[in-house]
Amino acid sequence: MKVTFEINGAEKSVDVEPRTLVVDLIRTKLGMTGTHIGCDTSNCGACTVLLDGRPVKSCTLLAPMLEGKTVTTVEGLAKGGKLDAIQEGFHAEHGLQCGFCTPGMMLVGKALIEANPHPTEDEIRWGISGNICRCTGYMNIVKAIQHAAAAKTAETAGVA
Amino acid sequence: MFPAAFDYTAPGALDEVLSLLGQHGDDAKVLAGGQSLIPLLKLRFAAPVILVDIGRVDGLEGIRRENGHVRIGARTRHRDVESASDLRGTLDVLLDAAPLISDPLIRNMGTVGGSICHADPAGDWGAVMLAVGAEFVVKSASGERVVPAAGFFEGPFTTGLHADEVMTEIRVPVETGRSGGTYLKLERKVGDFASVAAAVHVVLGSDGRIATAGIGLCAVGAHSIKATAAEAALVGQEPSDEVIAEAARLAGEAAEPKADIRGSAEYKRDVARVFVQRGLHTAIDRAQGEAA
Repeated sequence: MKVTFEINGAEKSVDVEPRTLVVDLIRTKLGMTGTHIGCDTSNCGACTVLLDGRPVKSCTLLAPMLEGKTVTTVEGLAKGGKLDAIQEGFHAEHGLQCGFCTPGMMLVGKALIEANPHPTEDEIRWGISGNICRCTGYMNIVKAIQHAAAAKTAETAGVA
Repeated sequence: MFPAAFDYTAPGALDEVLSLLGQHGDDAKVLAGGQSLIPLLKLRFAAPVILVDIGRVDGLEGIRRENGHVRIGARTRHRDVESASDLRGTLDVLLDAAPLISDPLIRNMGTVGGSICHADPAGDWGAVMLAVGAEFVVKSASGERVVPAAGFFEGPFTTGLHADEVMTEIRVPVETGRSGGTYLKLERKVGDFASVAAAVHVVLGSDGRIATAGIGLCAVGAHSIKATAAEAALVGQEPSDEVIAEAARLAGEAAEPKADIRGSAEYKRDVARVFVQRGLHTAIDRAQGEAA
């Protein structure tokens, strides 16, 4: 069947079997391998994408459910060669060790600070509770999200 | 992992959904948020012939107050209950339970009605809906039924919903008295199913006595359990430590837990008792606090 949706700003129309999982569609059909497959059982969050701005687990989503929706993957974060504030945050605070969970962590972090520009540490930890870092590098992930939140606040203040 | 092949359809109107369910019966499965169904499909525990996605049907989402009820569209996401802060004070138990369901990403997709119809014995909404005395609006091509939560849960993944029916709305009565409630959940880690959980909802009369009490237990039996003997022991009573302790004891007796990796049966029964005891204290404190 045909499914039409927007991904990272580009409209795509793909022919898929209804049982295709979104993570497989993105990685195999669209060739974007930044979205990872970790547990494949809805637990780890390595496959996180934003669906209409909300983080969801793309291993637990069927391709036809994307019809008419907007998807953002890690490849859609940087714009025109400029890193997104959340990417800058992970870079500055070294918010990764092996990097496998990082795409998911960044997307969850981005959605979190868009919904709540000044999250407390507790709110950040709560926000990333569906994403597992098996290096257990949570300290720097939290700092990275705080860094991005502060940068965005400064940027907004600069504009105003 | 990926599911066995199925036909997929996403009708834009409820009538089409009902007609398809009437036509396919048990061969069809309704897809809402998919956060329980898709894992089952991937594990091939479920292999429906056709999936009927209700994601494009209007009018199934949202929370509104009407005629003494809070009406929750069946496709309302857990996340949207979590952020419905105006429920505080009248339906605390819903607000306390929502953020404890699975993890934030699952809550962004998973739906209240989907979770209730899936009827996992460790599903959180079942116990909550039993505690608040909810009713479920279910529709089929031949009409509409309003089914009380009490009696709806028949066994593991088994409910009173017929194969040709879809749940469209959850109606929670809002009592006129001062009310309070809470949800307590023991889980090994975020995202795990409950080892034990308890939902408590209490309404106080103008004389300060307990007018109605609702207690739902999660993950301590073949389905969500309404602790009716404990509820009956509370109604008409002046709240006290003794009354609460006795109701909690009765709630523990209503539990029918099985030993598994999450704990022994004795342990779970005692957690249920302790949670109901703590929950009743919190619920009554909250209800009394409203008077101040």
